[in-house]
Amino acid sequence: MSDLIRSTAAELAARIASREVSAVEVTQAHLDRIGEVDGAVNAFLHVDTEGALKAAREVDDDIAAGAHVGPLAGVPIALKDVLTTEGVPTTVGSKILEGWVPPYDATVTRRLKEAGVVILGKTNMDEFAMGSSTENSAYGPTRNPWDLDRIPGGSGGGSAAALAAFEAPLSIGTDTGGSIRQPGAVTGTVGVKPTYGGVSRYGLVAFSSSLDQAGPCARTVLDAALLHEVIAGYDPMDSTSINAPVPPVVAAAREGANGDLSGVRVGVVTQFSGEGYQPGVLRSFEAAVAQLKQLGAEIVEVSCPSFDYALPAYYLIAPSEASSNLARFDAMRYGIRVGDDSTRSAEEVMSLTREAGFGPEVKRRIMIGTYALSSGYYDAYYGSAQKVRTLISRDFEAAFATVDVLVSPTTPTTAFRIGERTGDPLAMYKADLCTIPANLAGNAAMSLPSGLSDEDGLPVGLQLMAPALQDHRMYRVAAAYEVARDAAAGAPLIQGVPQLAGAAR
Amino acid sequence: MTSVYELMDYAEVIERFDPVLGLEVHVELHTNTKMFCGCANVFGGEPNTQVCPTCLGMPGALPTLNGKAVESAIRIGLALNCEIAEWCRFARKNYFYPDMPKNFQTSQYDEPIAFNGFLDVTLDDGSLFRVEIERAHMEEDTGKSLHVGGSDGRIHGAEHSLLDYNRAGVPLIEIVTKPIEGTGERAPEVARAYVTALRDLLKALDVSDVRMDQGSLRCDANVSLMAKDATEFGTRTETKNVNSLRSVERAVRFEMTRQAAILVAGGKITQETRHFDESTGSTSPGRTKETAEDYRYFPEPDLTPIAPSREWVEELRGTLPELPWERRKRVQDEWSLTDAELRDLVNAGAVDLVAATVDAGATPAEARSWWVAYLTKEANNRGVELSELAITPAQIATVIGLVNSGELTNKLAREVVTGVLEGEGEPEAVIEARGLKVVSDDSALEKAVDEALAAQPDVAAKIRDGKVAAAGAIVGAVMKATKGQADAKRVRELIIARCS
Ligand SMILES: [Zn+2]
Repeated sequence: MSDLIRSTAAELAARIASREVSAVEVTQAHLDRIGEVDGAVNAFLHVDTEGALKAAREVDDDIAAGAHVGPLAGVPIALKDVLTTEGVPTTVGSKILEGWVPPYDATVTRRLKEAGVVILGKTNMDEFAMGSSTENSAYGPTRNPWDLDRIPGGSGGGSAAALAAFEAPLSIGTDTGGSIRQPGAVTGTVGVKPTYGGVSRYGLVAFSSSLDQAGPCARTVLDAALLHEVIAGYDPMDSTSINAPVPPVVAAAREGANGDLSGVRVGVVTQFSGEGYQPGVLRSFEAAVAQLKQLGAEIVEVSCPSFDYALPAYYLIAPSEASSNLARFDAMRYGIRVGDDSTRSAEEVMSLTREAGFGPEVKRRIMIGTYALSSGYYDAYYGSAQKVRTLISRDFEAAFATVDVLVSPTTPTTAFRIGERTGDPLAMYKADLCTIPANLAGNAAMSLPSGLSDEDGLPVGLQLMAPALQDHRMYRVAAAYEVARDAAAGAPLIQGVPQLAGAAR
Repeated sequence: MTSVYELMDYAEVIERFDPVLGLEVHVELHTNTKMFCGCANVFGGEPNTQVCPTCLGMPGALPTLNGKAVESAIRIGLALNCEIAEWCRFARKNYFYPDMPKNFQTSQYDEPIAFNGFLDVTLDDGSLFRVEIERAHMEEDTGKSLHVGGSDGRIHGAEHSLLDYNRAGVPLIEIVTKPIEGTGERAPEVARAYVTALRDLLKALDVSDVRMDQGSLRCDANVSLMAKDATEFGTRTETKNVNSLRSVERAVRFEMTRQAAILVAGGKITQETRHFDESTGSTSPGRTKETAEDYRYFPEPDLTPIAPSREWVEELRGTLPELPWERRKRVQDEWSLTDAELRDLVNAGAVDLVAATVDAGATPAEARSWWVAYLTKEANNRGVELSELAITPAQIATVIGLVNSGELTNKLAREVVTGVLEGEGEPEAVIEARGLKVVSDDSALEKAVDEALAAQPDVAAKIRDGKVAAAGAIVGAVMKATKGQADAKRVRELIIARCS
């Protein structure tokens, strides 16, 4: 296996900038890796070989010409297929957008291009980001590189699996209820949901507008921070984007790597343990908390009672917004069109297209959302859910009045087997139990590996949460923990991913 | 689609029922750009040329609010004596329609930007009627469907439909009245007078083109009837496609007579949307739905709330121009008009034109006589609005000046104006081209007088005998000989001088 694909983004960027290796070589190495293993992993829905090599060549030309390039110039990235890419297909994992080639770039896409980050292609996801396993993709499930019979999490399973399979050193995910963090947790990678409004949603195909947030995914905390600073920042094209300086996450990650957390107060959320939590996950979490204490952090228990209502509130708010956001997929302007045989009305064509184009989970959520917003039910469902949302924000406020960051397991279990929960939506929804509160309140949260579960040898995620616009706090703690964890294990956790079939060298 | 309706005699309708109106007016703002994107807001471009990912509802695209549209909404609210919300939001109105790109309309629901106002409207007899305003809220327009292959451009019977999204996302203000009661037989007149007053107000505010024919001002008329002894409103219908001031009046009147006939026959009014047909003056049912539409409103999560500061609102209040009713009061005083004269002036839609003509040097009486008496007829003949005539107040003032200086007679002046209206250029150019100068050269006139006297020796003798009244025949002959370009008064003077 080429050392290029095992390198961190920070190392690659430095080697490219110093012309020790070219961006084209780095890109080609990753394209080769994708060619070798993606048949088994199915992380990518579309690989843009030509576009990636062209972008890499431009970075090499710029560097050769002595131009100043960004801190991640020439580093390849995998982009979740929910972000629009001009001239490159964007399907959102759905049949209904099969073949759609957007005429415009998402702001995240544009910022990556401007920073010289090389976009390898688009990654697989649960249809419209609805799911926790990537099994809801219309284009087949993605498999977890740690165990190909298991799910890579969702909805951003493709972006997480691409990292764990060394197909890309960086990826972009989007997190509506945990879709960056839960895949990060079950694939042993780092995933960050920035503060809501920290990264522009322009060009992010909406699932739930008030919850969706794009964020960085990587194999190390520093790489995530570097990527975070490339994609974050105010965007006048997104009215909900925050007009404030980007939190200094790279500096925080570098500071944290010194390994000193004295003076940092860490709150353990008491609601997130007990029944339904895999014992190995809880043991890994407890070890992580002990490690933080050893690094000098002060550990306190914090109760956030409203978090118990986060899951039901989420499953009213997100489907409600989705039922409206997905109304535009009507066959009139883009995507597939079914039944247009000149005997049917526009309304009939809309209906047939939506019936054929949307998968069962998407239809389920559209129906839940349509019901929850109906007159006569609005107050009881959507209205009550919004009140819960306010209570959850208050719980966070109260907690952050006494602690700097909160911690919990990212998800109650390690990666489950493909097909294990597809017949039981409620069991599937519980994968996001711990991640949803941060989406409802809009504050920052991330997941990084806390090791492997002692009962099944699969990765476990540690979730860190910080107040809005204080994203740097969790980066500092995460970076300190990462160094200590790898020192204790003797090697980075991610190196434990098994060799993938056909990838032996 | 023609349907035959039983209609009740209007006088009988009024005897048995009290009409209740509700008027919803949609105004397209003439901002440079659309409500939520940077596309040009221009009427009549090639289909689908003024579009972008946002107004096409492309996946991932987001709205950004046009601040100028909010400013216009607040100014409209202030001019309608409304309260301006301290905090309000947009909401999504969810329903499927092919010409609506997102299948929801970004609108305002229970939090309008302006609410609780009124508009005093002047009726034909000069009396005032106060119409209470419920709310004025912001929303976006839809695209347009063009149904091809049907008989009348409507969806029924069409072979296929074309969609034009140029209009999608154009800023709209919807102004909704409270139920208008107590109009009695004047309900149709009140409806027209209200829309007229609103149009004039919006024009004065310079926020919209207010062209009903182009759809930049659209009125939906809700009409219901209450039996004289009833305590609750009756079931209402909502008539759309009311595209002129006259149609507003006709549509209301038609619905009153139609509903009354149904009610007295023991029938029930169906709550429905109806479509006004200009050619027949009747209404017919629009798209019927088995169930009432549930729009599933919820706050628009892609936009942040609007919280206009009180300072800004007061600043905008300071930008309100003289409003039409204030202006009317002022011109009545300044020009010493009777109530009847003012009414004629207002009904002719000539206040601004007369004022501009006065500004260009004419007296108010001269200017009124041209615009109200003469040009209104010209406009009628040509089937256009007075303000759309191809002549400017400055040109009218020029013509008036030439009459006053004796260079034109009134008759010639009218011919000059006709020339200008026909596009022959400035008054001076018309005079030159048509040879319309008054013959003021006495020697030329004297020659014509002499010839006329010679041709009618009997008449000449009478004049010489002191029968001055007989001079009329000679004046007529001279005017005929000079093709009307002589000043008749001067001709008469010359005849008498010649015969004394
Ligand atoms: Zn646009």
